[in-house]
Amino acid sequence: MEFHYPDALYNSHTHYCPGCGHGITHRLVAEVIDELGIREKTIATAPVGCAVLFYDYMKFDIIECAHGRSPAVATGIKRILSDRVVFTYQGDGDLAAIGTAETIHAANRGENITVIFINNAIYGMTGGQMAPTTMLGQYSTTTPKGRGKNGEGAPIRVCELLSSLEGVCYLERVAVSSPKDVMQAKRAIKKAFENQLAGKGYSLVEVLSMCPTDWKLAPEDALKFVNDDMKKIFPLGVFKDR
Amino acid sequence: MAEKILLKGNELLAEAAVRAGCQFFAGYPITPQNEVSEYLSWRLPQVGGVFIQAESEVAAINMLFGASAAGARCMTSSSSPGISLKQEGISYITAAELPCVIVNIQRGGPGLGNIRAAQGDYFQAVKGGGHGDYRLIVLAPATLQEVYDLTMNAFDYADYWRNPVMILGDGILGQMAEPVETKPYKPILQIPPKDYILDGCKGRAPRVIKTLILKPELGLVTHNEEMQAKYRKIEQAIQLCEEYETADAELIVSAYGIPGRVAKGAVKIARKKGIKAGLIRPVSLWPFPKKPFVKAAQTAKQFLVVEMSQGQFIEDVKLAMECRRPVEFLGKGGGWYPTQEAILEKIEQMLQSPKGAKS
Amino acid sequence: MMNETRIIIAGFGGQGAVALGNVLARACMIEGKSVTGMVAYGPEMRGGTASATIVVCDDEIACPFVETPDHAIILNQQSLDKFEDSIVPNGLILVNTSIIRRPVRRTDLTQIQVAATEIARSLGSIKSANMAALGAFIQHTKLLRMENVERGMRELFGGKNPVMVETNIRALREAAQRFTLVQPKQ
Ligand SMILES: Cc1ncc(C[n+]2csc(CCOP(=O)(O)OP(=O)(O)O)c2C)c(N)n1
Ligand code: SF4
Repeated sequence: MEFHYPDALYNSHTHYCPGCGHGITHRLVAEVIDELGIREKTIATAPVGCAVLFYDYMKFDIIECAHGRSPAVATGIKRILSDRVVFTYQGDGDLAAIGTAETIHAANRGENITVIFINNAIYGMTGGQMAPTTMLGQYSTTTPKGRGKNGEGAPIRVCELLSSLEGVCYLERVAVSSPKDVMQAKRAIKKAFENQLAGKGYSLVEVLSMCPTDWKLAPEDALKFVNDDMKKIFPLGVFKDR
Repeated sequence: MAEKILLKGNELLAEAAVRAGCQFFAGYPITPQNEVSEYLSWRLPQVGGVFIQAESEVAAINMLFGASAAGARCMTSSSSPGISLKQEGISYITAAELPCVIVNIQRGGPGLGNIRAAQGDYFQAVKGGGHGDYRLIVLAPATLQEVYDLTMNAFDYADYWRNPVMILGDGILGQMAEPVETKPYKPILQIPPKDYILDGCKGRAPRVIKTLILKPELGLVTHNEEMQAKYRKIEQAIQLCEEYETADAELIVSAYGIPGRVAKGAVKIARKKGIKAGLIRPVSLWPFPKKPFVKAAQTAKQFLVVEMSQGQFIEDVKLAMECRRPVEFLGKGGGWYPTQEAILEKIEQMLQSPKGAKS
Repeated sequence: MMNETRIIIAGFGGQGAVALGNVLARACMIEGKSVTGMVAYGPEMRGGTASATIVVCDDEIACPFVETPDHAIILNQQSLDKFEDSIVPNGLILVNTSIIRRPVRRTDLTQIQVAATEIARSLGSIKSANMAALGAFIQHTKLLRMENVERGMRELFGGKNPVMVETNIRALREAAQRFTLVQPKQ
């Protein structure tokens, strides 16, 4: 196997914490974009969240959106430039809390876009508050007794939730917490872009991702947290493939 | 002597709200005000109150619409981008004449901006912010003692006037710690019974809270006139301001919030150097305390406005004294902080070459 | 006001820069001085450095934020790199020589050199390095009375970890006698 730095990635240091899942996922997206040869016709949205500096790392056109509004912005771009590749990159707060309405409606309209969804079960950027995907019993700075003790409800499973919508083409949940998982994640991301190129409609890949900093775990323990705890609540697999 | 505590501004504000009887809080994370939510997430349940991390700022303000309609003292907190999202809801709550407290710990803007302290939301806070003709009562603390006292007062003002009250702070005020005397809550106004809330129509006629008033005359026009009449009364009742060494001042510095306390330091140094400087620091931004400006304009020859924005507050200073004296400006948005040295330098420069002197 | 003393305390996360700031602020309160404190927030914290700023004054404090500190208490190398240039001309810097390998570059600063981590280690817990630094700082600047610093420490941590407090106090006292003062080279 030959190692080669993806063209779609600037050769720069990221600001992510050691052991963070964002960096790995960035690389996978960049590799897929290289392999499909679409770098020069790709337009992405940057979220508000730890990945807000997405545009510092990826070498293609990027627009930074207001918190949660990426699917609406991507809709606007794709409807004007239907032959370009448009994707959103969003965290769980961005996609499934403040941006739930935009997410559901872009999916329901069957927008021909790709969504890369980073589920780290916490708000990274703002310092560890509860996310819509925080698990029952999980501690965060706004669930000091663990989620579920104060009427917060249970975590939202985004793939399962979206799977009932007619407009959706493809939904898969993957992880980046082991070499095997990373390979599968890349296959899923590639498929989600291929779907768009084939005009098949809305594709979303949910990536279970590590946030050692706000989980207050060492990087190795964060991998274990994904493998032992998160995968139980968020089972991996394909939820829709049309 | 009352108990003295040392807490971050955000935490202190949250504690003051609890002591003032706040029963409901909803908010969405955003830096630099996260400690308000984090503190209330454990503190409110201790006193039987409700804490909700909402799915967005839009949801949070609408949760307050409900909680206030149900009769609870309630509060939400955010920072600049989040406050923009709340504007629609604030307009509705104001139109429905319901009380609530809204905290804005401002950061650098416009857009996503940055997380340093700034005062770029002045116009949004004092001129209405959302759609329609309405006002918020806006309080701008400069010290943590004021954060504590004014937060408590805010709940009284809101209930008494049936109008939202905004506490307009900034990232420094939210993040800094300073010893504070935590006097127990004492109401500053006598609040009439809440005979407008929705609590079930058992034994009375059903009530409706609404803001759709299709009819103009004797409808929405009248409602607007009534609201304006209320605002005129509030203008009479609330005029909060700190004046320092204004009596014989030749130059008045005016600023609010954190720049207000920095400006006071600069005025003190100027006085030590024999410069006749004075300070007017509005504490209520709406209603704007006009009288001290009118009075000072009779003696002072020039004014200097300092703000952490590009020139918003200065408009109200000019309006307050009807442009009778020249007003110079020291300010920048986006996370610039004024120092005592910078203010002093500007004062000395103004005295050397006074504006309007040549003409 | 002019006589405001502005201090920055910085180290890597876990070195106790913020705790040092808390003790200092509490001690100021006990001594009846005005004090404000602020911890660096947001993404500033990422990348490992933690810092706090403190303003102390006999009069009321006008300016609670610190852009150019008079005194800097620097616990690690990264913080030295980050904050050395921001100190006022002819200011004061305390460096933890146990882990800072390079000399202070600026020649106008008065230096307090203290092997804070080693002193703390010799007393049984390197966690007390921050308090060793504080001991040397207070001894030299006479900003506060040492007994008030000790009282502040007891009030803050006494309930939670009395053993640690005793080690901290020993570190404070020991370092007060074991630092080197380097005058500016001018
Ligand atoms: C309107 C608005 N509200 C709140 C914020 C503050 N904010 C920034 S990032 C973020 C959440 C980030 O969490 P997530 O989307 O899960 O991404 P992560 O940081 O974990 O990668 C929030 C609430 C904002 N920028 N704008
Ligand atoms: S806080 Fe969490 S999500 Fe953000 S960069 Fe660090 S590890 Fe990654």
